[in-house]
Amino acid sequence: MSPAPSYAERAATLWRYTALLAVAVLMLYPLAWLVGATFKSNAEIFTSVGIWPSRLDFGAYAKGWKTSTEFTFATYFLNSFAIVVPRIIVTVISCVLVAYAFARFEFWGKKTLFAVMVGTMMLPLIILRLPQYLMFREFGWLDTYAPLIVPSAFATDTFFVFMLVQFLRGIPRDMEEAAQIDGCNALQMLWHIIVPLLKPAIIAVVVFQFIWTMNDFMGPLIYLSTVENYPVSLALKMSIGATEEVEWANVIAISVVSLIPSVAVFFMAQRYFIEGAASSGIKG
Amino acid sequence: MYENRRLGLLFVLPFLLGVLLFKLFPFVMSFALSFTQYDLMEPPVFVGLDNYREMLADDPLFRKSLGVTLLFTFLAVPLRVGFALFIAHVLNFKLRGINFFRSAFYLPSILGGSIAVAVLWRFIFARNGLVNIALMKLGFEPVLWLADEHYSIWTIVLLFTWQFGSSMVIFLAALQNVPATLYEAAECDGASKWQQFFRITVPLITPVIFFNVIMQMVHAFQEFNGPYMITEGGPLHSTYVLALYIYDQSFRFFNLGYGAALSWVLFALVAGLSALSFWSSRYWVFYAGEKDNK
Repeated sequence: MSPAPSYAERAATLWRYTALLAVAVLMLYPLAWLVGATFKSNAEIFTSVGIWPSRLDFGAYAKGWKTSTEFTFATYFLNSFAIVVPRIIVTVISCVLVAYAFARFEFWGKKTLFAVMVGTMMLPLIILRLPQYLMFREFGWLDTYAPLIVPSAFATDTFFVFMLVQFLRGIPRDMEEAAQIDGCNALQMLWHIIVPLLKPAIIAVVVFQFIWTMNDFMGPLIYLSTVENYPVSLALKMSIGATEEVEWANVIAISVVSLIPSVAVFFMAQRYFIEGAASSGIKG
Repeated sequence: MYENRRLGLLFVLPFLLGVLLFKLFPFVMSFALSFTQYDLMEPPVFVGLDNYREMLADDPLFRKSLGVTLLFTFLAVPLRVGFALFIAHVLNFKLRGINFFRSAFYLPSILGGSIAVAVLWRFIFARNGLVNIALMKLGFEPVLWLADEHYSIWTIVLLFTWQFGSSMVIFLAALQNVPATLYEAAECDGASKWQQFFRITVPLITPVIFFNVIMQMVHAFQEFNGPYMITEGGPLHSTYVLALYIYDQSFRFFNLGYGAALSWVLFALVAGLSALSFWSSRYWVFYAGEKDNK
């Protein structure tokens, strides 16, 4: 069909690659440089733009990991996971159920409720922080992980519900109708048909919730007060706030380490969740 | 079975409870709190419109903070959305290695919200940080990014722009839906690539541009981690965004009533600007043919 590319077309392609590469380098260079900086001495950090360090010293990682508190980052990572794992589980269960209801059932007030859901996606969270704090204080939940986990069990992360609904709407109902004729009830249908079909979208939910919860800072900052309970994000903040004379290499080293779980999850699942993000739009 | 109303209602019940308890109730409560004086020790005292009056009449910090928030939003949102559209457009030419670039550009979006990146950012823009080393190598004067009130806002604007990946993937999906026949026709008529971009692509994806602008605006108005970690609101409150001010009033000074009033101003701002965008969208958003064009 298409003729051999002309000179002009090849020039255009070259220009496009150059532009993309330039932007990619500009965006990723700081990250690469920082990884390099963790091996450098303080003097080298503040003079060199190169990525490769002149020595390979893991000392900063060891020191950063130990922290200036009585706990190591092992504690903080475990704390983070103690929030992330339950939160992901309750998010997936509640959001799939609710999305199933919105996409496949008729019920009284459905349109209104759906509009409310889309509306809350645009509601600035910051307006809810203060009353939620007072509420959780009444419940006696302060300094526990409950305020960070329990709301997710009620499908309050409406972005995920919306994403799953959009995904479900794109799936034809043939299989479900066949299953219905075979005598499947609604829950069997959900488990045997909907969930397998939704798998890519569910993976997207898991990945997003993992990364956002790992990144979450304001929530833990407001609700947690005991250092022993701190997740990684708060511990990092503490490591920079402790002294004016910051041992930069240590702080950077531990910051880099703290990003590893998110980066790993990102690369493992990227093909699922970039699609998910694109198909429903939003966030980030 | 789909007509089984009770079953549907049962499945949606968690959300109904959640939205009432964790969204609507706090929403109303924060409105009520904004008319009170409350410090957690004594019970709330109703003060009418005093909080709002004080804000408008004699709180220079509020005015400063409002200005900073608007400046930040109007710099950061167009930069992020514009960049996202530009890169998505370039990626949309069937280039090899698109997946690599897409991941590379998306990565900052997922990491950018973390405290780790804010720490790293603070370091890059430090007096002897990477940016200044690079500037000096290129023969420019170093800039006191974190200490000079004229430049500090750019550190958080750049951090926000850096995370354009999520908007980019949305644009990319939209661009792939623009029918190729339109470009072929334009090609026949002798339109240049840039003309095609501005005359065909942009008009056809205005709904997506609109969507991205609104969502990013909502995000920008709430930006907290960057100003909190990188510049700590300074210097001279030059990066003291409203989210930071609300946090300080609510959780550091425990002026809960005033904090609630501030957050309602922020909400009114977001809602107002969204409404304005919706209203203006009649004039610049173009919906192709059928209503449902997924």
